[in-house]
Amino acid sequence: MNPFCEIAVEEAVRLKEKKIVSEIIAVSCGPQQCQETIRTALAMGADRGIHVDVSAKDAETLGPFQVSKVLAALAKKENVNLVLLGKQAIDDDCNQTGQMTAALLDWPQATFASEVKVEGEKLIVIREVDGGLETISVKLPAVVTADLRLNEPRYATLPNIMKAKKKKVDQVKPSDLGVDITSRVHILSVEDPPQRQAGVKVETVEDLVSKLKESGRI
Amino acid sequence: MAGILYRSAQVLGRGLRPCWVASHNSHCRLKSSKADVEAAEPKEGAVFAPLDTFTEEEGMLRDVVRKFAQDRIAPLVKAMDAESKMDKSVIQGLFDLGLMGIEVDPKYGGTGASFFSAILVIEELAKVDPSVSVFCDIQNTLITTLFQRLGTEEQKETYLRRLCSDMVGSFCLSEAGSGSDAFSLKTTAQKHKDYYLINGSKMWISSSEQAGVFLVMANADTSAGYRGITCFIVPKETEGFHIGKKEDKLGLRASSTCALTFDNVKVPESNILGNFGHGYKYAIGMLNEGRIGIAAQMVGLAQGCFDHTIPYTKQRIQFGKRIFDFQGMQHQISQVATQLEAARLLTYNAARLKEAGRPFKKEACMAKYFASEVAGTTTSKCLEWMGGVGFTKDYPIEKYYRDAKIGTIYEGTSNIQLSTIAKLIDEQY
Repeated sequence: MNPFCEIAVEEAVRLKEKKIVSEIIAVSCGPQQCQETIRTALAMGADRGIHVDVSAKDAETLGPFQVSKVLAALAKKENVNLVLLGKQAIDDDCNQTGQMTAALLDWPQATFASEVKVEGEKLIVIREVDGGLETISVKLPAVVTADLRLNEPRYATLPNIMKAKKKKVDQVKPSDLGVDITSRVHILSVEDPPQRQAGVKVETVEDLVSKLKESGRI
Repeated sequence: MAGILYRSAQVLGRGLRPCWVASHNSHCRLKSSKADVEAAEPKEGAVFAPLDTFTEEEGMLRDVVRKFAQDRIAPLVKAMDAESKMDKSVIQGLFDLGLMGIEVDPKYGGTGASFFSAILVIEELAKVDPSVSVFCDIQNTLITTLFQRLGTEEQKETYLRRLCSDMVGSFCLSEAGSGSDAFSLKTTAQKHKDYYLINGSKMWISSSEQAGVFLVMANADTSAGYRGITCFIVPKETEGFHIGKKEDKLGLRASSTCALTFDNVKVPESNILGNFGHGYKYAIGMLNEGRIGIAAQMVGLAQGCFDHTIPYTKQRIQFGKRIFDFQGMQHQISQVATQLEAARLLTYNAARLKEAGRPFKKEACMAKYFASEVAGTTTSKCLEWMGGVGFTKDYPIEKYYRDAKIGTIYEGTSNIQLSTIAKLIDEQY
């Protein structure tokens, strides 16, 4: 499982242990292997899973926009009021899915969360911003994305792995949710970064200055 | 569904509906995080799956143990070896993860997984620290298995529950005068009314420093020879029972090995595990399975050592090229890798045979014999390939080399395995 998603699962399980949430549904979009990822979430404490089945070929072009459409549709269908996600995947580092999901649902978003507290119908979220920590309050339902320091995920214990086997994982197709997963992104070209040019050795400081002048650097 | 949620929300007095987690994993991420051995289920219609085919749980158990070993054990390995002491956090971690009662029925707090899962756990732990591996191996392949199989309901309630949560068990068979010749043991148990008095001493008892309960093989009817050997449950705090000083060993230093003495140790008749006079059968039966555990430990140990060594051979430059690129090195490395693969397959096959309820005695002996010999060769070769640094304690190779040596000695020496294999071949023809 993507490390940030693991942190999101852990946070959900902690909220359930504090009896704040009643049910945790773990969702993953992609090919058959996603079931394994969902099982890990179930072993950590999620109650049931939904595998959004996308063929391996289609999964290659599955971007944040497509995933967030799927998540928004599921959030409505399952009538949930908190969507917890990792802030980004560690392969594409997009950091967009949470934000897009919130926009599509027209829900408030709390990204880069390093602490989440529930106060009645509101969430108090501490966010990691460039200058330090920002505390915000958002109304539920909301979308929260987990940052690295939100918590330290537990290990799925062996007995819980065995129990996870008995938990339900539903399978749906994006089309069942009325979501078109065609990618809008066309890759026009992929290029290597420019090769570094070889430098020149100079004998004296004077040489250096004149070379720099020649090349118009100073 | 809404009804259920509404109810639970009311009970909690909160208006929250389910929390919803999205663990988004794109395809290429999954590919890159795949284990080295693909844990795919057999394809439909494929009757003969390869030996390294795991069930989904087996694959998951292995991954969790691998992660635990890397994160929580690896940083402590060097100090535990130097101080000859198992760190408490490691023992606690093994209990917390459910690694101390892998095959135990969940109704006693166990994990309820398969024998093969236990084998995978032992292998994974040994890759990082063979001492932790044997600690876990004994608890699972000997102690909890004996209790689960032979214990009365009361014994199971008392001990299995604790063995899964906070108590270490120790298996006491060897004595100063009875090692390979296990059934010549001299410890006796004399009956008085409804209790027994145990007298004698035991040697080389693994995990005895940490153990809270000891399964002691003592002869309760010396006139019947080995048919008098009976298995007694001896709690640590029993009067007259003394745990001697820890052996200062070459390898497996973090695993404790002590001598035990029994001076009129009084245990009630109800502390007999299984049947009177059947101790020898249990010991022999358990050691048959135990051998597969040790084989897995040796395979893991060799693999762990190999995994530390190969990257070095690809970095180290001599005569202007990587030492891995010398044909002389390549052929040696390939030979070792092939033997390691063979040892693993022997081990997995013995474990699968056992699980399938088929005879596995000979295969278990072969696996244990071969894996421990291969562990010896692998660690020795790896040390050579590393050159001078392999000989220093700055690299973990020398520790694997020291740890491997016990493999050809405990739970039946290589010679004993060969004799048993020969005996079984003799019976076949």
